[in-house]
Amino acid sequence: MKLAGLLLLVAGWGIVMSAVALLPSLMGRAGFALAGVAVELLGLALFVNSHLVLSAGKG
Amino acid sequence: MVPMACVGLALVNTGLGRARSAAHAMLSSLCVCSVAAIVYVIIGFSFQGTPGGQAHVFAIGGKTWNWIAAEPFFLRRLRLDFSPVSLIVLLQIFSVGLASLIPLSSGADRWRLGATCVSTALLAGLTYPLFAHWVWGGGWLAQLGANYGVGSGFVDGGGCSTIQVVGGLTALSITWILGPRPGKYTPEGTSAAIPGHNVVLVLLGCLFAWIGWLGLNSSGAILFGGAEPSRVILVAVNTTLSAAASALMAAAVTRIRFGGPDASLVANGWLAGLVASSAGASFLKPAAGILVGAVAGALVPFAIDLLESRLGVDDPGGAISVHAIGGLWGLCAVASLSEVGAQSGSRGQWLAQLVGMATLLGFVLPLTYGLNWLLNRVYRQRVDVEGEWRGMDLQELGAGAYPEFVVHSDDFIQG
Repeated sequence: MKLAGLLLLVAGWGIVMSAVALLPSLMGRAGFALAGVAVELLGLALFVNSHLVLSAGKG
Repeated sequence: MVPMACVGLALVNTGLGRARSAAHAMLSSLCVCSVAAIVYVIIGFSFQGTPGGQAHVFAIGGKTWNWIAAEPFFLRRLRLDFSPVSLIVLLQIFSVGLASLIPLSSGADRWRLGATCVSTALLAGLTYPLFAHWVWGGGWLAQLGANYGVGSGFVDGGGCSTIQVVGGLTALSITWILGPRPGKYTPEGTSAAIPGHNVVLVLLGCLFAWIGWLGLNSSGAILFGGAEPSRVILVAVNTTLSAAASALMAAAVTRIRFGGPDASLVANGWLAGLVASSAGASFLKPAAGILVGAVAGALVPFAIDLLESRLGVDDPGGAISVHAIGGLWGLCAVASLSEVGAQSGSRGQWLAQLVGMATLLGFVLPLTYGLNWLLNRVYRQRVDVEGEWRGMDLQELGAGAYPEFVVHSDDFIQG
């Protein structure tokens, strides 16, 4: 789960970068950039959750 | 003035930690600043560079993407006089030290001295210069406006992202890798309060930090934000107003929640106001400066509570909330409240700031976590269990900070 979270963080950033580099209109870029940030937040949530599970396991 | 910010953070970190680790915390601060300065001069600046300097560039669709500087190591091509480039180098030596102090706060009471030094070398030699090149060295984030018409490009005059958020995300990585302090969480997951040992040091640190931030925001605005020197007064006013509003808001929030103002949370509120002001202090009107601080001050107590109680993140000094979350809010404020957003079109500037924040979350956080995870595999970063109970002072330094006082009772319980 930790690795999946990490990969989603990077993938979200990739979406944002691609939107800026490839799309011509501001609205299109903004829409894809927001989608990329949403993917990042999903990755962050997975990452946080994986550490919660690890902490519970140690406790 | 800028080193005063380092003095302030060192005092805050020490005061919010335990008495049995106080000398270790101050010594770590000295060592971290030393390592950061030396590593930055040897290799860091060669990756960061300055606008218009040598850099590795590639093109996508006819647009150039400036990724990393290609200056020689050891500042060999520079004449260190009063030129703007040499002033940038000097400011960056202080700034990278400040960024390196932030993770010390979250790793307090359990982070080994040797590991802090190696981790700092990774931050000062790679993570910090790389992102700082993108923002301040003429890199692709700064060029978003010129290349793609996205607002004025990513704007951060005083190091809100490069220093504060990068430091805060490194602090988050360190907290996850080290794990919580013993006694912080019950087996059921309920968090216990471990108060800082000296709130006077913490509050004194806030006042030192104020002086440091006045220098940091002013010099950053002139050297990186292109502001006229006459704007220094506006920068100082906004920095002060933001910190003041943030501290008062944190005091009000903690009074409502706990029945009285909590000194350590108010101190964190003050710092969060300074952090949030960094991005746009030279572009904000004073009323906006107050609003930036007030929002930061309202955010910090809730963020600290959320991280500690719900997310199991043991951050003794609140560095993640103050520097990462406060910093992200400051970056948003540039787009929504500053003259930059008004001049270049608010939507475009929002997108530029969003791309910068996405880069922090999607690139800097995985990079800094990965580097520290690898370091932890080859060189254990956390002190052993016995050392944690004895305290870092006795374990690593052989003597306590307050030898004439009995400062904690755990030794006797354990013994």
